[in-house]
Amino acid sequence: MLEMRQITKVYNPGTVTELKLFEDFDLTVPDGQFVSIVGSNGSGKTTLLNLICGSIPLDAGDVCIDGKSIRKQKDYQRYAVIGRVYQNPALGTCPNLTMLENLSLADNKGKRFGLGFGVNKKRIDYYRSELAALGLGLEDKLDVPMGALSGGQRQAVALLMATMTPLKFLILDEHTAALDPKTAETIMVLTGKVVREKGLTAMMVTHNLRYAVEYGDRLLMLHHGQVVLDRAGQEKAQTTTEELLQVFNHYSIL
Amino acid sequence: MSDLIISTLTQGLIYALLSYGVYITYSVLDFPDLTVDSSFPLGAAVTAILLLGGMDPWLTLLCAAGAGAIAGLCTGLIHVRLGVRDLLAGIITMTALSSINLLIAGSNVTVERAVDTIFTSAPVMALLGDLSLSGRKLVVSLVLAVVIKLLLDLYFRTKSGLLLRAAGDNGTLVTTLAQNKGNKKVLGVVIANALVALCGAVVCQEQRSYSAVMGIGQVVFGLATVIIGISLVRFFTHSKGAQGLRKTKGLRFLATPQGTTAVLLGSILYKFCVQIAINVGLPANMLRFITAALFLVVLVIAGRKGEEIIHA
Repeated sequence: MLEMRQITKVYNPGTVTELKLFEDFDLTVPDGQFVSIVGSNGSGKTTLLNLICGSIPLDAGDVCIDGKSIRKQKDYQRYAVIGRVYQNPALGTCPNLTMLENLSLADNKGKRFGLGFGVNKKRIDYYRSELAALGLGLEDKLDVPMGALSGGQRQAVALLMATMTPLKFLILDEHTAALDPKTAETIMVLTGKVVREKGLTAMMVTHNLRYAVEYGDRLLMLHHGQVVLDRAGQEKAQTTTEELLQVFNHYSIL
Repeated sequence: MSDLIISTLTQGLIYALLSYGVYITYSVLDFPDLTVDSSFPLGAAVTAILLLGGMDPWLTLLCAAGAGAIAGLCTGLIHVRLGVRDLLAGIITMTALSSINLLIAGSNVTVERAVDTIFTSAPVMALLGDLSLSGRKLVVSLVLAVVIKLLLDLYFRTKSGLLLRAAGDNGTLVTTLAQNKGNKKVLGVVIANALVALCGAVVCQEQRSYSAVMGIGQVVFGLATVIIGISLVRFFTHSKGAQGLRKTKGLRFLATPQGTTAVLLGSILYKFCVQIAINVGLPANMLRFITAALFLVVLVIAGRKGEEIIHA
């Protein structure tokens, strides 16, 4: 379970551009929940994810995983239990390493990076089957450098890498925003599948209202650092894209 | 004439150790490390003083590499822990270290003939005693250059080595793998400067002298060999997916083992170019001018070629 307690985040404090984005913000995400987060630019979606992952510091409040505070942990320490897929497909993989080397790195997350061989040949069949399940024909390209693959292919591999080892949270930061509509659809279907199959707790920020409606079992809308819409279960299931768009426009005008 | 070829080849093989170091920082880690100009004479200073003190010549190489590693550690920690920019962190260590070098060995040391170097040490004489001194120098430097290349290739295939490459390629991924990318950078700079100091030590034993100014221009030499080597290997091989890679990291990256082979060849080629320039009649005083000018030529040619390939 993830708890954000009375979070405060102020950008540029004490200057004319001071922006108090979050003030006494609370959010609880129970285990196994898939939360979709929407909101206009500057509403605090990405800041929220960055505060959870420790990419930016908190001004006040606390972030807890399973009741334990992670506020003092550095970003890389928090990622021991968090997986993350970024908007930019280049951030999820190493372009100059082959796909096999990339997958081997991800496979070793949580273990020591010592002087053993980086690529475990016994795992290659497993990687092949996982890649085949993506349905993008990547299983024959293990020796190709990641940089030579398309954005969509890289994002699919990034998703696979982020969810390869056991984790408590999957953070999806507008992970389909840089892809063409068809590829974005493919990645979303894969995302839904992996979250369901592995029973992950996930938080997905998206600008695509339809994805927010179709995927996940809780829907949040942020506006100026406040939750202006929070629907889960049946109520979420009955929400339509049109209705969400109306609410979205209502706040955008404000 | 053949003597000149042998000695130039020997030079190229010895200086390949420095090129490997620069390859690790500049090419793999994307860290422009200027510590090199001082860690190179540091290795020479350490080895010179220890040789005169009667230590086994091979053991002095290890000590020199260790000293270089400490210099790299300083640069790495100044950058990672104190948050100073990579270029400036190197400059700070380089400057401070030049005083340390003077403290260790003064401005000049000559290792007299009576003192054994690795080229006249008992194990080498036992194996290669039939060869002339220049022949022994060639064989020993060849073995050193190849063994260290193979060790590096092996290291880059380990989990630790893979993560080091990842740290230079995409630091964000290293963080999401729950690893401290700063530590990997420090490790890379440590290994690199250990190699550079080792090179300085071998050079000192080969020419039987140390001078405080012998480090000037070594960064430029290292960068030039890395860029020449990689550009040439790229030019003659059309590896899969190379197109995408050129865009991401320009001309400076080639994965091992091709990468280390490339810089080894680059180092030899560069020494020959400089030697040819001297033979044509340029005075030896102009050595660093030649080094810099040649580097500029390489950069411009490599840059042009790179753009052609990208825009093709």
